[in-house]
Amino acid sequence: MAKENQQDKILQDVTQNEYKYGFVTDVEMEMAPVGLDESTIRYISEKKKEPEWLLEFRLKAFRKWQTMEMPDWAHLEIPKIDYQAISYYAAPKELPKYTSLDEVDPELLATFTKLGISLEEQKRLAGVAVDAVFDSVSVKTTFQSTLKKHGIIFSSFSEAVQNHPELVKKYMGSVVPAHDNFFATLNSAVFSDGSFCYIPPGVRCPVDLSTYFRINAANTGQFERTLIIADEGAYVSYMEGCTAPQRDENQLHAAIVEIVVMKDAEVKYSTVQNWYPGSKEGKGGIYNFVTKRGICKGNNAKLSWTQVETGSAKTWKYPSCILLGDNSVGEFYSVAVTNNYQQADTGSKMIHLGKNTKSTIISKGISAGHSDNSYRGLVKILKKATNSRNYSQCDSLLLGSECGAHTYPYIKIANQSSIVEHEATTSKISEDQLFYCNQRGISTESAIGLIVNGYAKEVLNKLPMEFAVEAQKLLSVSLEGSVG
Amino acid sequence: MLSIKNLKASIDNKQILKGLNLEVKKGEVHAIMGPNGTGKSTLANIIAGKDIYDIQDGEILYNGKNLMDLSVDERANEGIFLSFQYPVEIPGVSMVNFMRTALNEQRQYHGKDPLSGGEFLQKMEEKKKLVDIQSKLTNRSVNEGFSGGEKKKNEIFQMAMLEPTLAILDETDSGLDIDALRIVANGVNKLRNEDNAFIIITHYQRLLDYIVPDFVHVLFEGRIVKSGGKELALELEQKGYEWLNTAF
Repeated sequence: MAKENQQDKILQDVTQNEYKYGFVTDVEMEMAPVGLDESTIRYISEKKKEPEWLLEFRLKAFRKWQTMEMPDWAHLEIPKIDYQAISYYAAPKELPKYTSLDEVDPELLATFTKLGISLEEQKRLAGVAVDAVFDSVSVKTTFQSTLKKHGIIFSSFSEAVQNHPELVKKYMGSVVPAHDNFFATLNSAVFSDGSFCYIPPGVRCPVDLSTYFRINAANTGQFERTLIIADEGAYVSYMEGCTAPQRDENQLHAAIVEIVVMKDAEVKYSTVQNWYPGSKEGKGGIYNFVTKRGICKGNNAKLSWTQVETGSAKTWKYPSCILLGDNSVGEFYSVAVTNNYQQADTGSKMIHLGKNTKSTIISKGISAGHSDNSYRGLVKILKKATNSRNYSQCDSLLLGSECGAHTYPYIKIANQSSIVEHEATTSKISEDQLFYCNQRGISTESAIGLIVNGYAKEVLNKLPMEFAVEAQKLLSVSLEGSVG
Repeated sequence: MLSIKNLKASIDNKQILKGLNLEVKKGEVHAIMGPNGTGKSTLANIIAGKDIYDIQDGEILYNGKNLMDLSVDERANEGIFLSFQYPVEIPGVSMVNFMRTALNEQRQYHGKDPLSGGEFLQKMEEKKKLVDIQSKLTNRSVNEGFSGGEKKKNEIFQMAMLEPTLAILDETDSGLDIDALRIVANGVNKLRNEDNAFIIITHYQRLLDYIVPDFVHVLFEGRIVKSGGKELALELEQKGYEWLNTAF
């Protein structure tokens, strides 16, 4: 008995590292008044100098939202959210236009440095074009000229609305309709900014596109909107990474990511999410209620979601693929870590509409402390999607004896020629494994790092190189992948 | 090097070791033989530091240090190696990462810089040759999907990498065919030198045809009841263990 307690204590020590990125940047903010009604929406739209059709889109969504209820089917305990106590718009005052990094607010640069993602370093080392979304408004966009040469559009959502309204109007809401669900509808009404990306036919984007989101002002809901379009035969790898400063109030985040993949095109979307998960006692933390969905619109299209989720107090997130084109492919690779009092209800939806469509779901949950980690996934193969295939694998790893892991797979198949496979396992890090590592001179902390990383390897291998490194650090491991 | 005095230990209120004494000096190879359930593996586990046992009495000194004051990983980094009877699988953790972590933690413990990737790989190649282990084993995850023989060979490979001063082989010969047995034995013989020591736990004399011990001990009902030279092993092979019941 005493033995077990000691084991729990070691696990606790190892898993309870304080959130490293808990700091607040003191940049002047321009905020909308607290509360939400039609005038708030008009305020946002006016601030952003939006065209009439977009205001109409917002207002329609808002009217719909007022008739909707927050969903309660997820395995999450969410306190009642007062949507009137949130400010729906925050922008750094006097949005600057920089030509070089020297002109950027040093505070802002310091923030990026603390995060280890300084723009300079990014530019020099990785060749990554970074569209840094800093509290709802894009501050700096780099590598535009390289991208321009290939005809690639990569900008903030607001800029895209001004510069490419025809593309935005055509595709926005085409994958996640404004009335889709409570949080998506709210986003459609009040979204502040986000990223827009268009890859023209036949173009292979020469760099990984990357956006760093960051929630900063106190009590500011963050409503990002991302729209990615890969035209026929195009390819892009897109990375999204997030950290947020430590706060006591809960912060609501309801983003939308929409991806359109045309015939023969491919999109890889990778996320490393490390938002403030709340204190060890479960106080505060980000609420991450996100709708991510892509459509493989043409034949032979491919969409791949990879995510490493370690942050947020509550996560409600199901990156999905609609496989409309024949022979199209959808993939979902996920590592979700919950610790202390975090709760995650996450998974994927694969909707097979086209013939010979293929999907893969690999989900690895890791729970520690008093946390709850649920996988929820839907595989739906419609009648016309003949000869389709799905393979799902949902593994759960438990650290300690106070945490929970749950799996909710939903499978619906409407034809005879398709094949669906589902595998699920639940395991604990065994004492024998720890003893074996210890006997080789490896400390318990390193041993847990090794074992957890080994467990998540299949997913980590899917991340772009520079992202994988960050993800491995997040999983508290130093060596994996550095040799061999 | 190792001095065990009057060691008494139990598990779940069952007395296993009842006053065990053992002296091991550097350069020596000791074989511990005896029937099942007499405490051979318990002894190995207690030296390594597995803390499921209740130790009631006795002491274990290792190079002058009281082992009871050291954690499992500290003991390992002090040079104690246990070749497991049943090595565990660690899925997804490559042998390369596992060994590099172990080796560098050992170096850190002794205040040395970690090996570079190149140095590490070179060392691995050397040791693979030394113990005659194939590359494919070290390219896989730790023990995952290994056959019984491969797991034991892998233990010997790890021993070669970590260069312990005291290696305990807990029934490393069980379940090995004659070729694997020879590889394991050759590995031990090559690593054997005047500065290290081995404790070889086995049921059978077979392994001792290849690894010639300096001392053979008979462990019976929690005590070492008879010690001798290598000829004692042959005697046990002929007489079996039945006679112990009447003799002790």
